[in-house]
Amino acid sequence: MQIIQTDLLCIGAGLAGERVAIEAAENGFSVICLSLVPARRSHSSAAQGGMQAALGNSAMGEGDSPDVHFADTVKGSDWGADQECARIFVDTAPIAMRQMAFWGVPWNRVVPGEQTYYKGGKPFTAYEKPENEGLIHSRSFGGTAKWRTCYTSDGTGHAVLYTLDNRAAQMGVQVHDKTEAIALIHDGETCMGAIVRDLKTGELKAYLSRATLIATGGYGRIYRESTNAVICDGGGMIAALDTGVVPFGNPEAIQFHPTGIVPTDILVTEGCRGDGGTLLDVNQYRFMPDYEPEKAELASRDVVSRRMTEHMRKGLGVKSPYGDHLWLDIRHLGEKHITTKLREVQEICESFLGVDPVHQLIPVRPTQHYSMGGVRTNKDGAAYGLKGLFSAGEAACWDMHGFNRLGGNSLAETIVAGMWVGGKVVEFLAGTDTTFNTAAIREAYEKQAARIQALIKGQNGNENVYAVRNAMFDTIMKGAGIFRNGTDLTESVTKLQEILQRARKVGLRSNGLGANQELALALKIEGMVKLAQCVCYAALQRTESRGAHTREDFPERNDRDWLNRTLATWANASDDLPTLNYEAATKVFEIPPGERGYGGGKIIPMDNPPQATPAGKKA
Amino acid sequence: MARMLKFNIFRYNPQDPKSVPHMQSFTIDETESMTLFIVLNRLREEQDPSLQFDFCCRAGICGACGMVVNGRPGLACHTKTKDLPEEVTLMPLPVFKLVGDLSVDTGTWFRGMYQRVKSWCETKKVFDPNAQEERMDNALAEKIYELDRCIECGCCVAACGTALMREDFLGATALNRVARFMLDPRDERTEQEYFDIVGTDEGIFGCMGLLACEDVCPKYLPLQDVLGRLRQRMAFAAVNNILPSFLRKDVKL
Repeated sequence: MQIIQTDLLCIGAGLAGERVAIEAAENGFSVICLSLVPARRSHSSAAQGGMQAALGNSAMGEGDSPDVHFADTVKGSDWGADQECARIFVDTAPIAMRQMAFWGVPWNRVVPGEQTYYKGGKPFTAYEKPENEGLIHSRSFGGTAKWRTCYTSDGTGHAVLYTLDNRAAQMGVQVHDKTEAIALIHDGETCMGAIVRDLKTGELKAYLSRATLIATGGYGRIYRESTNAVICDGGGMIAALDTGVVPFGNPEAIQFHPTGIVPTDILVTEGCRGDGGTLLDVNQYRFMPDYEPEKAELASRDVVSRRMTEHMRKGLGVKSPYGDHLWLDIRHLGEKHITTKLREVQEICESFLGVDPVHQLIPVRPTQHYSMGGVRTNKDGAAYGLKGLFSAGEAACWDMHGFNRLGGNSLAETIVAGMWVGGKVVEFLAGTDTTFNTAAIREAYEKQAARIQALIKGQNGNENVYAVRNAMFDTIMKGAGIFRNGTDLTESVTKLQEILQRARKVGLRSNGLGANQELALALKIEGMVKLAQCVCYAALQRTESRGAHTREDFPERNDRDWLNRTLATWANASDDLPTLNYEAATKVFEIPPGERGYGGGKIIPMDNPPQATPAGKKA
Repeated sequence: MARMLKFNIFRYNPQDPKSVPHMQSFTIDETESMTLFIVLNRLREEQDPSLQFDFCCRAGICGACGMVVNGRPGLACHTKTKDLPEEVTLMPLPVFKLVGDLSVDTGTWFRGMYQRVKSWCETKKVFDPNAQEERMDNALAEKIYELDRCIECGCCVAACGTALMREDFLGATALNRVARFMLDPRDERTEQEYFDIVGTDEGIFGCMGLLACEDVCPKYLPLQDVLGRLRQRMAFAAVNNILPSFLRKDVKL
């Protein structure tokens, strides 16, 4: 058994993982990032739109402040957010953006004078002040009172990730790419690192660390139709859930993005609507203003996705061999705008659809996009349940997003939380030593080696891993899609119990040698089914509608009974259902629960509404 | 009528002592909007689960799926089968170390490249969290981003005659990276420091001008123009340095 030791082990080398890694490296600690792919291929690279931070440099962002950003974020979360985390986030975001500018991100900048922008498909002019020339510019995104999304054309994720990875390389952060952490090493109290499979050779290794960070992104790939990269299969969450002590926060909080293209489910950015793109139905009629007169296409994602689904259910979708869809129209933005600010969108349309968005409509439908849930942490990013374990980014339920996150807030979260949690990891590393328990290391290693042998030899059965995965896809799509109800969810929960049994009987059809990719899936299929079950089971219990979680049989947001966060743990590996506990959504209220101002829906109020602390006052 | 497509795929698993490099043929029925992403996943799931290949974003953004399709390096994710003949040969990218079948190790190569060209803003300044950001002209920011759009798929390297012959050649992607930092006022390196990196046979003088890098770049980066401008700027810098100071000019890329 090869053993590799480091101060900080980051599982995942996307934006969040690398931002934490850099903080530790800058403070003199040794850091290794594990990554399924070369770091720059992380799913962070695919984010097109931008990062929210209240800089207030642009004309349409004038008067913006962290307080306004805070209010948008809490409303967007449908009051499911942890308000302490949301406050940390909005206050830190401007600093983090400026730091990225300092490190080399080519943010778009303010150009002074009269500028033409679009709102709701109509052009208007705004005057950019000469004194703001050259400061970081911002664009509009859904659910925000001010324009505050910092961007680099429509390649923001790419530009920021490359800059961050450059910085990581400069600071000596080691990235071990093509590696996969398949289990955490722990003794039930302290995390000591991970058992890792080398995806170049198939070799199994032990990585020991004083602090371990899970930053593996979301788990969208437990859905068949997802905008996520194929590596977003919840690996980090699976490793955490497998410990039996680290809870999965809000698994049922799954966001659907309004504009996945049909049929490949590739995302086209919200920037399209932010810049003035509109949604049309089969009659090429713009329907969103009928449902949301004020915000129209720019209501928050959960609202737009539901309205689109509602409209298609009325028979007004466009029929296609891949099911119904709607149209996204950006033609009126003009060739110059599309070929510069929305070039990635143009490339996606041309390469995958054969559609030219300058002259043609883009077929879109709501598609699984973001997981608000994840490894539950406290406000410092420390995971519940295990000392020395941290989490950041989409993998974490740090919980500034609650039940719906705003566009531009997650990409910003990766570096803002990365910066903040990085600081906390540094404090932890400075003040804590770990004893590495060799028995725990050997046990964890042998357990994984034995699993691999059992899969190769078919000791537990010969279920086809792809067939099991497809069964999981069908089941979660049916129960836990955009609209949910008790009947379908109950059926999905029962089915997933059966599928879990099948997942435990998977056997390989290939020889499993080397970087075998069938083995990689076989090693995590049981965990993926468990994640799917956490989603469905938690969604079944949550008898209300909040943010992206919409129960047709419980349309009200129920603050009286459900202003809380689900904590799912898998107490015994052999269980067929998770154990659910609940905690208050937030300990501190800067803004007591109220109307979001869009999306409609009734609210069952709390029995004893909390007193708000004055805005801006920190707890 | 739907076509039956034949795929000849390079097979070799270096970790399996029984494996020898060979070509293997598969047939598959073509469906609407089919891409190589769909083909390869179906082949692995339906016909041979040992088949190795890489995809990540599957949307032309991350660069994971570079491979040689009928002799030409490109991204498999946005290669549509309707643009291909009935018989297709798939090979792994050359230059990079083979992991297995169509999967190669680009990460190690690119990481080495960052270290060689110092792929970051070299500056003596220290970030001040309380200060407003330094200003930048928007047109310049957009120009930098133009060169920052490389996705490190490795196609240009795999298509490069020089890179195939000499391991130490930086390749178009590295020269593009250097040009990106030369444009950036946040990077305080001098002409001489840049010249030390690229002014050799491993850099701008190694290129034979075959233009394949630009031909195969899936992001349509102007790689040959960048190289030309680098050579030009380095030549000016060399001449400039021997001129008396009052005759020296600032040359912009």
